[in-house]
Amino acid sequence: MEAVAEPGNLAGVRHIILILSGKGGVGKSTISTELALALRHAGKKGDPYMPCRHPGSLQVGILDVDLCGPSIPRMLQAQGRAVHQCDSGWVPVFVDQEQKVSLMSVGFLLEKPDEAVVWRGPKKNALIKQFVSDVAWGQLDYLVVDTPPGTSDEHMAAVEALRPYSPLGAIVVTTPQAVSVGDVRRELTFCRKTGLRVIGIVENMSGFVCPHCTECTNVFSRGGGEELARHAGVPFLGSVPLDPKLTRSLEEGRDFIQEFPHSPAFHALSAIAQKVLETPAQLS
Amino acid sequence: MTCTDHQGENALTDCPGTGSAQAGRGTACQGCPNQRLCASGAGEAPDPAIEEIKEKMKTVKHKILVLSGKGGVGKSTFSAHLAHALAEDENTQVALLDIDICGPSIPKIMGLEGEQVHQSGSGWSPVFLEDNLGVMSVGFLLSSPDDAVIWRGPKKNGMIKQFLRDVDWGEVDYLIVDTPPGTSDEHLSVVQYLAAAHIDGAVIITTPQEVSLQDVRKEISFCHKVKLPIIGVVENMSGFVCPKCKKESQIFPPTTGGAETMCQDLKIPLLGKVPLDPHIGKSCDEGRSFLVDTPDSPATVAYRSIIQRIQEYCSLHRPEEERTSLVPETRGDMDASSTASAS
Repeated sequence: MEAVAEPGNLAGVRHIILILSGKGGVGKSTISTELALALRHAGKKGDPYMPCRHPGSLQVGILDVDLCGPSIPRMLQAQGRAVHQCDSGWVPVFVDQEQKVSLMSVGFLLEKPDEAVVWRGPKKNALIKQFVSDVAWGQLDYLVVDTPPGTSDEHMAAVEALRPYSPLGAIVVTTPQAVSVGDVRRELTFCRKTGLRVIGIVENMSGFVCPHCTECTNVFSRGGGEELARHAGVPFLGSVPLDPKLTRSLEEGRDFIQEFPHSPAFHALSAIAQKVLETPAQLS
Repeated sequence: MTCTDHQGENALTDCPGTGSAQAGRGTACQGCPNQRLCASGAGEAPDPAIEEIKEKMKTVKHKILVLSGKGGVGKSTFSAHLAHALAEDENTQVALLDIDICGPSIPKIMGLEGEQVHQSGSGWSPVFLEDNLGVMSVGFLLSSPDDAVIWRGPKKNGMIKQFLRDVDWGEVDYLIVDTPPGTSDEHLSVVQYLAAAHIDGAVIITTPQEVSLQDVRKEISFCHKVKLPIIGVVENMSGFVCPKCKKESQIFPPTTGGAETMCQDLKIPLLGKVPLDPHIGKSCDEGRSFLVDTPDSPATVAYRSIIQRIQEYCSLHRPEEERTSLVPETRGDMDASSTASAS
């Protein structure tokens, strides 16, 4: 069982996963969103091997701590939703009818969506601490924490604030090219230095299958993610191909996992979710 | 001047102003991380580095920032190739400064990984790729590719100050500054430190999807807030042509009209659209200029046209000592004036 330093809004959360990458634009928010949806749907199938609080469905939360570029509200068609307060703090926004997926993002706090959050580090730290401690998540099986690129204020604040709750670990996202891998190697160092377990590496944008002739082109080179996992001695969770249906789903705030089970990216995303479900909590 | 840390919404009430008598003392100041600094009166005194940097920048004719709210859209790729293209004229001195402290991609893209920076009596020497192309990045200060730069904002700001003040750039025609994604410490710092030295403008990079444009609109709002002129927007990864069947696909569909619609709405020039070409990634990974590697690619053609427009913009903006006005041109006039005087 996870160690809980003090009762608080995260006391009811079984597993916390951070989604990290040294590199921008590799698909952290995409993977965060799709992993959350896949975990929620995995629970629905009533997997007998997966112990969960509510057999038949999983309760999943997403925390978007990218203060400068909060992408997730749009990906779940939740942009412009109002955030309410209760006695325990902010109430996260449910993004689905069944109320199985809840979301908190700084995006909800902006009056105008085009307004820039031009904050320096100390202020970002303060908000992230608030986000972590003051959102009334209730009972969750998984909390997926999406982060901005880099190894700076937001990341340190998030890791420090989450440390008492013993996160399950971090999933580190890269694309196949060396330029991405170069930054992601630094992110792995960050994980090591901050004592954050790496659940594994996901290689995103791993090839594009032309819808006209089915030729697969390695638009962003190939192989970097798997090689990095081998070099760093961490598990390789899988490669997710470039999939226009996935891109479109995210743009339109649709549930890709539910709507496109035959699409190229679906299999990879489900496999990643399955590996997360099989990852045991760390012994405290 | 108002402390740009404050936004005025939710729990964040209005800043009285860092130079005001109430600085650090007002009720709005409670809980502000800068409270002690303001209360001590330090907020009133401008950072001496700003003047020092202004002096240093006197030998730099044109300064261009490459920005995007969004990560992974091709800022570093663009910065590097802008530098390559400008430096193809051996009489043009080009400097490329990478202020992405956490994710410094420029050394790899320029084929300079493993190079180290040297100190001399006149400051730090940039790493020279060619006689007329110097590069500086925090990447050159790290001893291993696994080294992480886990720094909070103030330390990153200090590094940027050093890059601008202590690097011996020499006589430079174009200083290109590559930035990390976002609108935070690095962006505020570079604009504040270069405030007295005049920045020609910002080139903003995006991809066609709304998830990028959403962040880019914020970046544009940032530019307006800090009065940074916008040279224009580049739409990258704009369509993909299959090498086998030559048919075009939209890997990143412009579901809300792409950069074209955004630029029309915000009255900002669209400098051009660059298609996805797998050779770009390959050249970047191998540290070579893809403009040279694949001169006939539609992506190369697009890049060169965009770079030409940037050069035209800069030539309309004379170095500071010759300028008669500090007011930046309005965006709506930019295209009209550039076509009028280009003939």
